[in-house]
Amino acid sequence: MWEQIRDNQTRSVILVVALGFMLILLGSFLGQALLGDWSIGLLLALLIWIVMTLVGYFQGDSILLSLSKARKIGPEDIPRIYNVVEEMKIASGMEKMPDIYIVDDPAMNAFATGRDKNHTSLAVTSGLLQKLSRDELQGVVGHEMAHIRNRDVLLMAMCSILLGTIVIIAWYGSRMLFFSGGTRRSSSDGGGGAQIIILLVAVGLMILAPIMAQFIYLAISRKREYLADASSALYTRYPEGLASALEKIAASTEQLKSANNATAPMYILNPFRKSGRVAEDLSSTHPPISERIRILRAMAGNISLAGYESAYNQSHKGGGGIIPGSALVAGDAALKQDHADSAVTPSEKERAREASDVLWKLHKYQEITCNCGLKFKIPPDFHSDHFACPRCGTVHSL
Amino acid sequence: MLIAIVVILAIAIVIVLILAGIYNGLVGARNQVKNAWAQIDVQLKRRHDLIPNLTETVKGYMQHERGTLEAVTNARTMAIKASDSGVAAQAKAEGELSQALGRLFAVAENYPDLKASQNFLALQEELTSTENKISFSRQFYNDSVLQYNNKTQMFPSNIIASMGGFKAGEFFEVTDTVERDAPKVSFS
Repeated sequence: MWEQIRDNQTRSVILVVALGFMLILLGSFLGQALLGDWSIGLLLALLIWIVMTLVGYFQGDSILLSLSKARKIGPEDIPRIYNVVEEMKIASGMEKMPDIYIVDDPAMNAFATGRDKNHTSLAVTSGLLQKLSRDELQGVVGHEMAHIRNRDVLLMAMCSILLGTIVIIAWYGSRMLFFSGGTRRSSSDGGGGAQIIILLVAVGLMILAPIMAQFIYLAISRKREYLADASSALYTRYPEGLASALEKIAASTEQLKSANNATAPMYILNPFRKSGRVAEDLSSTHPPISERIRILRAMAGNISLAGYESAYNQSHKGGGGIIPGSALVAGDAALKQDHADSAVTPSEKERAREASDVLWKLHKYQEITCNCGLKFKIPPDFHSDHFACPRCGTVHSL
Repeated sequence: MLIAIVVILAIAIVIVLILAGIYNGLVGARNQVKNAWAQIDVQLKRRHDLIPNLTETVKGYMQHERGTLEAVTNARTMAIKASDSGVAAQAKAEGELSQALGRLFAVAENYPDLKASQNFLALQEELTSTENKISFSRQFYNDSVLQYNNKTQMFPSNIIASMGGFKAGEFFEVTDTVERDAPKVSFS
């Protein structure tokens, strides 16, 4: 049942190779057009790519986390999210607990990072913590865990670096062509037909390569989303949790402030979706959300990868499936029946308070409760060493 | 002549490699089962450790529910005793403990003071989560056992399995109908 991971790996490798081929093509043609040498262009392109990959591999997760202004929390801060993550860690058979981060943002989203199983982290927004019940949170965390387990995180990071390299080279290449191209042509008139053809190919590649690369990238990304949904349902044995979480996320109108094009595929939901739009087929990092919800609900009692596959096929007539054949032999599992734990989820108001309290604490605000019941959050740069309660007048010293 | 020897040798090497691969696969699957079982054990121990805390907290609020509390304490003692008497016996004892705990939490609904207590809420979160972790680790354990058993029974790995003494694993099953019955609550 865990074999689909390996199968998917080979399929993705082919797509990655296609991306790499694109980079080689672009680099060598640009080199020929600009510098008159294939190998220099190729070498430069590879050098840029290697540097970016090294940085991305070792620093990618911390860059991503700091870009999205995520803050690390411990088991005591919000026990509920810590427990939910640990539950999914156990269900997915992962060995090491990921680090948990919270992003102070009312938008509802989550993402996972990590280069290998010992360096993983999982970030959720405070909006997600506030608005989702425990079961829904479990579904979302299960989805992110599946990304980690299926090694999607590393693959997508590497892909986005390749894509980024292609885009950067194409961009600078086009600038250089405009400036140097003019002077070169006037000084050496006898370039010949070959030079012009190479120039044309280079220009064509510069325009097409980023677009093609984007499409390959998106194809990888969308497939992985479906697989992560399927795995989440398998871990939680309760697809309704993720389905209703997706519904809530889709209904919310907040947009994530700290996302950008590079980090978009890392999230559980495309952070840039325009509200109200459903069909965004080839140009989106994520499959349409209504589609994902429908498939999850169609699984009904048949909780297995095969169940997800048949539900997927119901809405996609023909075409290849999502889950490789080798994974489909595993037995079905029963739907989880008991949902007594929903009683434990605090109300939405309490959850909002819980999340904001943790954020105050993470910003090193000191919390003091007055005898009259009023709560104070003292900023770390408060100048005085005492203050009086405005309601009852009690003086508190810090 | 030389070619024939080389060919035979090559085939022999390939067969040995395949056999080694199958054997290693079996060992890996068996280790995963063992590891998954250890995970369940960790969570069961954690639950046993949390329960005295819970009864201590609840005692003051629920004077009239001695029976429910005692049932939990007894079920815990039985479950600890069953710890090393095989998968089936342990599953049964732990199932009964889950049932007793479920009843306690259901009864707790009738005590607003208790439900407002931070300590109780924290304990309830911990115990519910531990309960979830137990069922998730059981789920992973059973999946691992299924995978391992498939390997020991399917051709051709079953031949190696019977030669190497790989015995089929035991599923951790809970008699769901009893465990998940709605607890009876009296509103007297």
